[in-house]
Amino acid sequence: MADTPRVTFALTEEQEMLRQTTRQFLEDRVPPTFVREMAESKTGFDSALWQSGAELGWHSLAIPEEYGGAGYTFAELSVVLEEMGRSLFPGPFVSTVVMAANAILIGGSDLQKKDLLPGIALGETVMTLALFEGPRGAGVGDIAMVAGRDGDAWVLDGVKLHVLFGEVAGTIITAANTPGGLSFFLVPADADGLSVEHVDTLDATRKQATVTFSGVRLGDKALLGEEGSAGPVLDQVLRLTSVALALEQVGGAQWCLQTAVEHAQTRFQFGRAIGSFQAIKHRLADMMVSVEHAKSAAYHAARVVDDSGEMLIAAPLAKSVASEAYLTAASDTIQVLGGTGFTWEHDTHLYFKRAKSTSLMFGGVHHQRRLLADAIGL
Amino acid sequence: MSDTIAVDKAEALVTEKIEELLSGYDPSMEPQEFWGRQYDLGLAWVQYPEGFGGLGVSPKYQGLVQRRIAAAGAPTWNREVNLLGIGMGAGVISAHGTDEQMRMWLRPMFTTEDMWCQLFSEPGAGSDLANLSAKAVRDGDEWIVNGQKVWTTLAHIAKWGMLPVRTDPDVPKHKGITYFIVDMEAEGVDVRPFYQITGEAEFNEVFFDDVRIPDAYRLDEVGAGWRVSMTTLMNERVAIGSRSLPRGSGSIKDAMKAWKEYDHDDPALRDQLTRYWAEWEALRLTVERANQMRKAGVPGPEGSTGKLAWADLNKAITAFTVELMDWDGTLYPGGYVLHRPTEFEGEGTPQRNFLRARANSIEGGTSEIMRNILGERVLGLPGEPRVDKDLPWKEVPRG
Repeated sequence: MADTPRVTFALTEEQEMLRQTTRQFLEDRVPPTFVREMAESKTGFDSALWQSGAELGWHSLAIPEEYGGAGYTFAELSVVLEEMGRSLFPGPFVSTVVMAANAILIGGSDLQKKDLLPGIALGETVMTLALFEGPRGAGVGDIAMVAGRDGDAWVLDGVKLHVLFGEVAGTIITAANTPGGLSFFLVPADADGLSVEHVDTLDATRKQATVTFSGVRLGDKALLGEEGSAGPVLDQVLRLTSVALALEQVGGAQWCLQTAVEHAQTRFQFGRAIGSFQAIKHRLADMMVSVEHAKSAAYHAARVVDDSGEMLIAAPLAKSVASEAYLTAASDTIQVLGGTGFTWEHDTHLYFKRAKSTSLMFGGVHHQRRLLADAIGL
Repeated sequence: MSDTIAVDKAEALVTEKIEELLSGYDPSMEPQEFWGRQYDLGLAWVQYPEGFGGLGVSPKYQGLVQRRIAAAGAPTWNREVNLLGIGMGAGVISAHGTDEQMRMWLRPMFTTEDMWCQLFSEPGAGSDLANLSAKAVRDGDEWIVNGQKVWTTLAHIAKWGMLPVRTDPDVPKHKGITYFIVDMEAEGVDVRPFYQITGEAEFNEVFFDDVRIPDAYRLDEVGAGWRVSMTTLMNERVAIGSRSLPRGSGSIKDAMKAWKEYDHDDPALRDQLTRYWAEWEALRLTVERANQMRKAGVPGPEGSTGKLAWADLNKAITAFTVELMDWDGTLYPGGYVLHRPTEFEGEGTPQRNFLRARANSIEGGTSEIMRNILGERVLGLPGEPRVDKDLPWKEVPRG
């Protein structure tokens, strides 16, 4: 482990500008009232907001120029993801721009990349991945669905759970076993035999669906990349997704810290601001420490996404550390706010629900630590 | 930007001086001689003025100096040997001392000819350092010091000590303190070993009995000692909190080793160890990030959290390591030997490290005080109401 990669943490001027414009836009366009509106809506998707984000360049940041993107890196995308976490950005950004785009970028043929990525970059496409068949596990060994062969067609039968924003995806990328191994299939939302069913979620700003495949027939062109090639692609996509969620968590945790500190400065009991009591002050100091640690782990991961060896450590490190920091920050914010923090009216519960939900998605902290333990040779 | 030329010039100057230093380096040279040459060329702390071991350029070039010296195989360990001098004293003297004082103390400090210690805590002044009661009374061009200091690292081999004392008991506690540099070899200074939980005496008690200090050894104004002490403590906390280490080193290394040596496979212990590994790595990355941001001139909250996080985590990990040893954790190989180390002792057995780590959340600012500092100075929370703030020091209740 002597050659641990050393990343540059400081933002470039360009990245700093991106952060400012992103934050400003989100404050104007995605205030808590809008987030609540999206939470109450069935699909949680606003096409005007989606378009605006694409026009700001968010969708194209990490897509190479030859496929219609802006050709920046995950480091730039990470700035946007953190700000989205801070504002509880609702919508299929992670499922489309992180999960689907990278599945295509890593696993697709050159033709498929040229065909599909420009639509994502422009904000014309909403996609998602349909992977899970039970309450946990999306590794190669966890997927049981089989794509059978009938003449020239692949036939998909099975049920996929926890499909993020499945109801608004134009294309669902799913994983099924074929004779050559695990394969990804691109399934149009209007395919015969495909049904998408809404499920209610703990974090109502991030929708899920159950997707049922009943004899869905697909041609060979529906295979993403080579038949049997999906396994390693899937692992990489899951690691990138973990890093994306860790960045969101860092943004959300900072909102919690700021909210709790402001409350502690202005709420008076016993004749003094409650932040002057060490019981509150020390809790907030600890919150700050864990938020700073989460930032470091997430920023580090966002800067080593192209180093596949380091990602085995960096991704579960970031997801586990940021999950715990966000969970504690959100939970402690409720405590510092007292009764107010438990109300429907105050926004803290939206963050608390996001914190719990993102910590469980794609493997909770114990799962992440198992991955990390394997990577560090325990 | 107009700074570009200045930046290039500074780098060229530093590089030229490094070449000069290294071209004259001979492996048979005594380290102290080498460090003297380094000082005279302005490469001790490049940000200090010329003539005081510096070149008056940005501190970011010090990294270049250290890397080049290390690469040439020349000695770089003077900072570790004389940590309290080079790590803390130099910053205080350069911020609060006169040119004459800098000339007198900085060079022999840098070469390690003169070792330094810090005489802060007293039996009645720990976290509440401003309550200190060792006193100095003026006598012409001299001051006469009486009192007791405790927890003084390396006082028994130090030539100079940093010494805040009370010079005015009639004003509130923060206002009546003056900061001196004391000659530890002066008459009336009595250094006694102070044995700690491990049986070592890293620390000392120091008694002052009518010790005379020339007024020329006073740093900054009479009554300004609190401000000077704060500079010292900030330097100390940054020094403790900004040590950058390779991944997997330090106390987590012992824990990983014990996991393998004791052939563990329990999933709960594995999860706990991985959690410590992750927290330790997140701390390491935070220190790295803070150091980068500090060098880039945009320090943020990440620069203040290291001491607190390190202390609590190091305590937890060293305790967990002993737990991984089961019955062997109940042994103390070599037994307790009361002795007095002459330099910082590095890593010992896991049991010794476990005991030594108990002080991490006390020394250099307790974790409680660190949380107050983070809460008040970084997060902007209001302070606790204080009953002693405006009282004359002599009227403050103590015991």
